[in-house]
Amino acid sequence: MNKQRIVVVGNGMVGHKFIDNLIASDQSGQFEVITFSEEPRLAYDRVQLSKYFAGATAEDLALTNEDYYQAHGVNYVLSDKVERLDFINKEVITASGRREAYDKLVLATGSFPFVPPIPGNDQPHCLVYRTIEDLEAITKSAKQSQVGVVVGGGLLGLEAANALKQAGLSTHVVEFAPRLMAVQLDEGGGQLLRRKIEAMGVTVHTQKATTEIVAGEKCRYRMNFADGSHLETDMILFSAGIRPQDELARLCGLELGERGGIKVNNYCQTSEPDVYAIGECALWSGQIFGLVAPGYHMAKVALSHIMGGDEAFTGADMSTKLKLLGVDVASVGDAQGRTPNSKSYIYSNDVEDIYKRIVVSADGKRLLGAVMVGDAEAYGTLQQLCVNAMDLPADPNVLILPAVDGAAQLMGVDSLPDTAQICSCFDVSKGAICCAVQAGAQNMGELKASTLASTGCGGCSALVKQVMDAELTKLGVEVNNDICEHFAYSRQQLADIVRVKKIRSFSALLESHGTGHGCDVCKPAIGSILASFWNDYILEDDHIGLQDTNDIFLGNLQKDGTYSVVPRVAGGEITPEKLIVLGQVAKQFNLYTKITGGQRVDLFGAQLNDLPTIWQQLVDAGFETGHAYGKSVRTVKSCVGSTWCRYGVDDSVGLAIDIEDRYKGLRSPHKLKFAVSGCTRECAEAQSKDVGIIATEKGWNLYVCGNGGMRPRHADLFATDLDSDTLIRYIDRFLMFYVRTADRLQRTSVWLENLEGGLDYLKQVIIEDSLGLGAELEVEMQHVISRYQCEWKTTLSDPAKLKRFSHFINSDARDDNLVYVQERAQVRPAREQERISTVEVVEPALV
Amino acid sequence: MSVSWHVVCRSEAVIPGTGVCALVEGKQVAIFRTFKDRQLFALDNFDPIGRANVLSRGIQGSIGETLVVASPLYKQHFALATGLCLEEDVRIPVYEVREQHGLIEVAA
Ligand code: SRM
Ligand SMILES: Cc1cc2nc3c(=O)[nH]c(=O)nc-3n(C[C@H](O)[C@H](O)[C@H](O)COP(=O)(O)OP(=O)(O)OC[C@H]3O[C@@H](n4cnc5c(N)ncnc54)[C@H](O)[C@@H]3O)c2cc1C
Ligand code: SF4
Ligand code: FES
Repeated sequence: MNKQRIVVVGNGMVGHKFIDNLIASDQSGQFEVITFSEEPRLAYDRVQLSKYFAGATAEDLALTNEDYYQAHGVNYVLSDKVERLDFINKEVITASGRREAYDKLVLATGSFPFVPPIPGNDQPHCLVYRTIEDLEAITKSAKQSQVGVVVGGGLLGLEAANALKQAGLSTHVVEFAPRLMAVQLDEGGGQLLRRKIEAMGVTVHTQKATTEIVAGEKCRYRMNFADGSHLETDMILFSAGIRPQDELARLCGLELGERGGIKVNNYCQTSEPDVYAIGECALWSGQIFGLVAPGYHMAKVALSHIMGGDEAFTGADMSTKLKLLGVDVASVGDAQGRTPNSKSYIYSNDVEDIYKRIVVSADGKRLLGAVMVGDAEAYGTLQQLCVNAMDLPADPNVLILPAVDGAAQLMGVDSLPDTAQICSCFDVSKGAICCAVQAGAQNMGELKASTLASTGCGGCSALVKQVMDAELTKLGVEVNNDICEHFAYSRQQLADIVRVKKIRSFSALLESHGTGHGCDVCKPAIGSILASFWNDYILEDDHIGLQDTNDIFLGNLQKDGTYSVVPRVAGGEITPEKLIVLGQVAKQFNLYTKITGGQRVDLFGAQLNDLPTIWQQLVDAGFETGHAYGKSVRTVKSCVGSTWCRYGVDDSVGLAIDIEDRYKGLRSPHKLKFAVSGCTRECAEAQSKDVGIIATEKGWNLYVCGNGGMRPRHADLFATDLDSDTLIRYIDRFLMFYVRTADRLQRTSVWLENLEGGLDYLKQVIIEDSLGLGAELEVEMQHVISRYQCEWKTTLSDPAKLKRFSHFINSDARDDNLVYVQERAQVRPAREQERISTVEVVEPALV
Repeated sequence: MSVSWHVVCRSEAVIPGTGVCALVEGKQVAIFRTFKDRQLFALDNFDPIGRANVLSRGIQGSIGETLVVASPLYKQHFALATGLCLEEDVRIPVYEVREQHGLIEVAA
């Protein structure tokens, strides 16, 4: 049987999609394909084009390659433009004179950037933004320019402006319309977007019609505007819209729209039945679709028709969500409220710079459109409501009001029909995602690979994940617990591996059980596991790269890059002499001083360069580090107890100090807090701590797994009337069992709630020793205790380690970005506003 | 344009898996060495999101194939090779860095 011959003119995103669909089809054997590209390379991802400025190469952007086409028998001709179509002999003729016959012809010629007919628009540094070659030209021109102008404030124009700004140019956007993104946004949204973009240093000029481009005085060019004003610039990027590439069709007599575009029917057939047009060159029902998703849909429809199917193209959803210059922008359906009798709800917040508007039908039952600028969280929900014509909640306000962050919950993914399109770039429905999950995809990576969902613009990723998680839960699958992409293990499994295999370094663990280079999730977690079991000095060269900056510099990083200093004050008991030292040190280094919620003193604003001197003075005065940084034992809070209090039944301060000294330095999955109260009045709030102890007439009551913080939980009574030795034994076992089995960043409260068997099981393990682990846990704890060292003391005695404590490796200079103001007789970091004025006053030359 | 190289420190000063900050021609440059293959990278030290000079103190790693450093303030990731932020639409300058005769040099 003779194969049918298909010629595809244009190997852009949509032309390639057509071919890719054909390759994947089970009828592919009946066809022979040849494609022509005017560009020097096969299809690449134009949507991600701007990544080229961020270092992506043509190869990174490629959607296919020659090997792939060859392997699948696809013929291709690069850098050769099709110049004529001969419908009588059914041939195409290229610029190089090549002729190819076709049975079916597919035009996928895309579009070209519209350059307004302004005199002077053809000079060397007047460019457009569509192909890799264009980007190369822009990069080259930017290197020789200081100022750049983008003509056109639409979606692509703003993307181009971002590229110029990243290239370090002083950037302007010149827009003819009265607002930015006039197609997608309404007046309010456009205004806010403008404010945000200007705040980032891009100057926006609206309602400017350029009349000519002439030689400039300060810059290369000068743009003269119709209103008499002008702007000087070194380069100009035109991004004033696209025009369908229909030249070929025009020459050869295919039917076109009045304003261009190759007319197609619902099967993407042109006026010649054997000729199809798809993508940005095609005009369907008077519309050109300038997005890739509708083009992909057309590719599918045309192929189906060629193969005898009857899938139809009936329009496309033009909703978009993007991050432009760091601003979230989204538009859904009839964003401008053009539908007759439609009504709008508007939420506008000038403080946080958020603007949202929804457009609903006259009867208030359907969502017709939406605009979001500054916060596009609700995009997925709104788009689904709109596309699926779902019922709106009785009060549609909740969809945009912040207080009830209701949108997502209001319309859980469960209420979506299976046919709901979740990813529009790749036309993936909710049903398809659920099927893929049922077929074994258990994480985003696998799901992306099997469905392609979320691999285009990425706008759908949150929704895709929700659908996936919901389906996994339905299947009874535990949602993936891998600590991160580098280790396919939970924290608990890693802890077991480290302990059982006696692994002592991150690199050894990565080599035996991981992949890649690790990251800021697995490194600190494994650093903490290693420290919990082996308690090596955490700043050994082997471990230092694993630690958060807090652990490396043994202080908590503050918002301006300085650190806090928190010496241990066990049990909250401190001598007057030591208090004086704290005061003296704070005064000498001008540190902000505050009593913490943990019964000790925090000194804030210490610079790296000063940390060693500060700590030297503190260590000399008998202080030790308080481990306020890191996941470790914080404080043991105490009440004054029997020593002074008339109700106290036992020495709570004494016990608190003993306990703090015993467990100080213990590293754990999350921080640990203790308290000891001298009687049932509970002034130390022991029942809100991980370990709480309350004195009774007959001994100590032990409480465990309490929590203050974000989700407070009362501690559970664990054992009563214990003598001190038993108390300590239980705490040893309890803590070690927690360290061994808890997840990363899981406080004891959450750990207990997730522990199978709950409190009873915990009691069996700790009190009755049901697992026979008791002795082992105690030995491990003893080992950790025996290796305790004050990390500051160790650090101070090692000149090599001290070298780190300098802002610069090659200079004693300090960070010149630190600015302080006085408040209530102490210093605090200047706020952004104060900082600007401070800098102006101090160094006027800088401004 | 001709680049000029500045010696900033001895090779051992940048322990694999960590970073340091150098002052080069008035600029704060964060220099990193990866722990697996000991490659050097240099980026601006200023975290444009946290607005503080702290990047040299971030944790290194990889996300997919991209080598990154996570800001110690709010944990956004910056690609070591390109300075591109993976979470936000920003990019920080990158500098050339090399090792010669046991010394680390930066071009700025
Ligand atoms: C300084 C202090 C506030 C104060 O001025 O009083 C403080 C300051 C911080 N707390 Fe706290 N917490 C302080 C007492 C508390 C308390 C009260 C207490 O301990 O009695 C709580 C509630 C009790 C509890 O933890 O159950 C508390 C609950 C938190 C939480 C929430 C924990 C939770 O389980 O929900 C965090 C966040 C976290 O750890 O992830 C946190 C985190 C922090 C961090 C580390 C935030 C950060 O990453 O920068 C702050 C660092 C301080 C610094 O730079 O030195 N802080 N924090 C207190 C230091 C106590 C100390 O001497 O060590
Ligand atoms: C910077 C940028 C950002 C974008 N961002 C998004 C986005 O975020 N979301 C989105 O949905 N869309 C986006 N788009 C639009 C998207 O890229 C287009 O919708 C898509 O590329 C259209 O595919 P196409 O195949 O129709 O056209 P194209 O990809 O332009 O392909 C047409 C190809 O045909 C070739 N050709 C034309 N005529 C001939 C001829 N006679 N002979 C041989 N070859 C010919 C052209 O050289 C070109 O290679 C963006 C576009 C750009 C430029
Ligand atoms: S409550 Fe919040 S702001 Fe206050 S110290 Fe704790 S973490 Fe910081
Ligand atoms: S909608 Fe663009 S990737 Fe899914």
